[in-house]
Amino acid sequence: MKQVFFQAIGWTKGKDAPCSAGRCCGGEGTCHCCLDAISPGNTCTIRCLRGCGPVRQRLLDLGFQPGREIRVVRNAPLRDPIELQLGDTFIVLRRHEAAQIEVQHG
Amino acid sequence: MAETGGSVLVALAGQQNAGKSTLFNMLTGLQQHIANYPGVTVDKKSGTYIAHGRTFEVVDLPGAYSLSPYSLEERVARTFLLDEMPDVVVNVLDATNLRRSLPLTFQLLEMGFRVVVALNMMDAAARRGLQIDVAALQRRLCVPVVPVVGRKGQGDAELRDAIARVAATEQVVPATLNYGSLEDDVARFQGALAAEPRLRGLPARWLAVKLLETSDEAEALLSTRLENPHSLLDALFRTRQEFEADSGVATGDHISACRDRKATEILAACVTDTRAGEVPMSEHIDRVLLNRFLAPVFLVATVWAIYQLSIVQGYALTDVTWPLLAGFRDLVAIVLPDAGFLHDPQIRSIGLWAVDSMNTLLNYVPIFLILFGLIAILEDSGYMARIAFILDRVLHRFGLHGQSTLPFILSGVFAGGCAVPGVMATKGIPDARARLATILTAPFMNCLAKIPLYTLLINIWFPETKGLMLFYLSTLTVMVALLVAKLLTSSVLRNEETAPFVMELPSYHLPSPMGVLRRAVGRTWVYVRKVASVVLAVATVIYVLLQFPGVPADRQVAYQAEAEAAIARFYDTLQGNPLRAEVADPTRLMTLVNLQSEHAAQIEAAETPSERQALDGTLKRRHPDLAPFLLGGATAETQEAASALDALATTRADLRRTLRRDRLESSFLGYLGRGLEPVTQFAGFDWKINIALLTSFAARENSVATLGVLFDQDDGQNLSLEQRMGAQQKAEGRAAVSAVALMLFFALYPPCLATVIMVRLQTRSRKWTAFSVIFPTILGLAVASAVHTVGTSLGLSGLQTMSAVYALTAGLLFVVALPKPWLHGHDGPALGEPAK
Repeated sequence: MKQVFFQAIGWTKGKDAPCSAGRCCGGEGTCHCCLDAISPGNTCTIRCLRGCGPVRQRLLDLGFQPGREIRVVRNAPLRDPIELQLGDTFIVLRRHEAAQIEVQHG
Repeated sequence: MAETGGSVLVALAGQQNAGKSTLFNMLTGLQQHIANYPGVTVDKKSGTYIAHGRTFEVVDLPGAYSLSPYSLEERVARTFLLDEMPDVVVNVLDATNLRRSLPLTFQLLEMGFRVVVALNMMDAAARRGLQIDVAALQRRLCVPVVPVVGRKGQGDAELRDAIARVAATEQVVPATLNYGSLEDDVARFQGALAAEPRLRGLPARWLAVKLLETSDEAEALLSTRLENPHSLLDALFRTRQEFEADSGVATGDHISACRDRKATEILAACVTDTRAGEVPMSEHIDRVLLNRFLAPVFLVATVWAIYQLSIVQGYALTDVTWPLLAGFRDLVAIVLPDAGFLHDPQIRSIGLWAVDSMNTLLNYVPIFLILFGLIAILEDSGYMARIAFILDRVLHRFGLHGQSTLPFILSGVFAGGCAVPGVMATKGIPDARARLATILTAPFMNCLAKIPLYTLLINIWFPETKGLMLFYLSTLTVMVALLVAKLLTSSVLRNEETAPFVMELPSYHLPSPMGVLRRAVGRTWVYVRKVASVVLAVATVIYVLLQFPGVPADRQVAYQAEAEAAIARFYDTLQGNPLRAEVADPTRLMTLVNLQSEHAAQIEAAETPSERQALDGTLKRRHPDLAPFLLGGATAETQEAASALDALATTRADLRRTLRRDRLESSFLGYLGRGLEPVTQFAGFDWKINIALLTSFAARENSVATLGVLFDQDDGQNLSLEQRMGAQQKAEGRAAVSAVALMLFFALYPPCLATVIMVRLQTRSRKWTAFSVIFPTILGLAVASAVHTVGTSLGLSGLQTMSAVYALTAGLLFVVALPKPWLHGHDGPALGEPAK
């Protein structure tokens, strides 16, 4: 019950539900999860961006291109938003948007 | 295009924070003006400069990452480029972040513009250890690349040269970017589009790429230009489908990836990072400043420091500047016609009224200069973005946005600010819903002008718990603003567009004194302009409403008779006194009476006995014949004269005061104040308070000034307004609860007129402007009525009532802030009253 409650409000530290394969990612078998599930200090590679429209475009413009490496720098004091390092730049995203970015460990 | 002699249209394009505005200022100097792009709130800055005998008109386009139609800024930039066809486009790049900047450059080149690349922030790049091979970059891009440092004005001449040179060249062949597996399709559509006579003038390749990217706007353009675009659109649709089926990647993603790859490739060839792998300085700082536990501490410390420096020290500074304003008032008083015995010339009253209204507002200028300077330092240093990062979670819960912080701070989160620059600062919020919510709630903050009324009421009713009451008030308003924001975003604003919180954290850097000064002065100037225009105009209207229709004729006659009787008594007393001859002439008597009031005021203002003596001395020198009336003296005659004048002056002052109050009561506003009593009685407001609140709509400072007139002293006693108002209100049987209701109403009071005008400018909607006035009025009245009624019926003390309201609001805030998992993504139901 407690678990469900915290999961619902996004306060859990554990793994998020694995992404249901988005329309762009057909990969099977490989461990893929979304950016918001990566804990600070870890690096991962972008597989693809889900969704459509302005948010997606803005993320692409900012350099969230498939194949690029991305490092989760830190959480905000209240765990949301998160700070990411993409090449030389530091970008801040809400978890909700980070959940649109499918990544691969390593 | 670009005929010799005609003016050259230059557009500055680039991403946000690439330093476009700095370069714009560098190129145009002071020759600039700001307007809006047609139909949108985006500022259009344009300016001119002259070089090589030609005029260059420079337009600063809004910041854009690409030319996609998704954001308003990008749409505006794109429309301008397509419609106006600038002769030269200066593409401003952030040298520290070329990889992200270059895709826009590719698109500008694709559109076939004559482009000059201004490589800005070269100094920052050098500091970061980036070595940029400008010659190689120029070779790769096939356009002039000029390294500049906008903040220091380096590269100014080179940039102007390059613009002039490029403007004189023939139309360039558009540079092309190879789109790999999509290249054949691009070429095919480019050919088809170029063959359409109706699309002449539009860059065919760029249009082909845009159409393949699935850009609705490009399709709309095609539909309006072509009679039968369907075959083309069908072909496009098929091509996109086939490509997606073959490669598993959407065309848009493929195109964007091609640009990114090209940028990476150019970067690898032209930029050497000598410090690759090192942790940047900013990251070192952030490890401390954004530490999970230290971040709130630093945030609170920053806010406290701003409060101390601007509000506390700023107030100390107003002691220095106030005499200047007072001196100006005196000067105006001298220039205007002299006062009459009972009635002053209309021009004098209105002139002094205007100067007084203006002075109360101008008195805050030192505070604003410091406050806005500090905020500019926060912005330029990069810490403001971090504040947004820290607070976004909290603000987002209430439907606001991390970037709502700046408007709130400017409007006065910690007792002191102004909603006018606050509302203006909402411009940067990308989320339309959060932006509107911020515009509508920022005026709840405690602007500087609310403080005098709070101080007055607290001094009367809560002299022992001043600090606590002020703390209650200043934090309560923030809580109410958050609650109202939540209420609005989950009701009336529900269907407004929202945007994600995606923000780049800029590197820390030392703000330049010039930049800070420019911004501080600029924002203060907005405030001063408001004082000079709106407040002055409204002050005049209120003056008229307060003066007319005026005291009925029969009472006028009675006042006149009393005045004449007093003058007659004066002459009678001096019967046989040789000094009487001095003032036998009525105009001479008038001079004496005015001299008396002026002298009395000066004596009161003087602090030391020696100053008073000096004043007496000056008086003797200037008016040797009238001085005995004022100073008395050794002989019985002079003493008699002095006491006679004293009696006359007292009668006059009393008469004028009664007359003024009478006039106020029988003025339009007086009637309105009384007329509102049936509605406001539940909140415990009588007609006097109603009038004060009505006048404070023009500018909040007016409330105290109006109360000053309404709660007049009855005789020569010299009590402060606090004592007078306190005594009268207590005599009427009021309790501190009514003061609490009044303060709460004032905290929720609709924005002052200047703010309303700013809201109109920022929302561009009459509906929201009206809402910004009506909603707080209803809310404030409801809260005040509820508090007064409940507080009185329960027999609570003022402090108890305030504490109860505070606890209720805090509780409500807590309930709203708590996550509601059972609602799953839906926001809470509409809220009730924040305080009951």
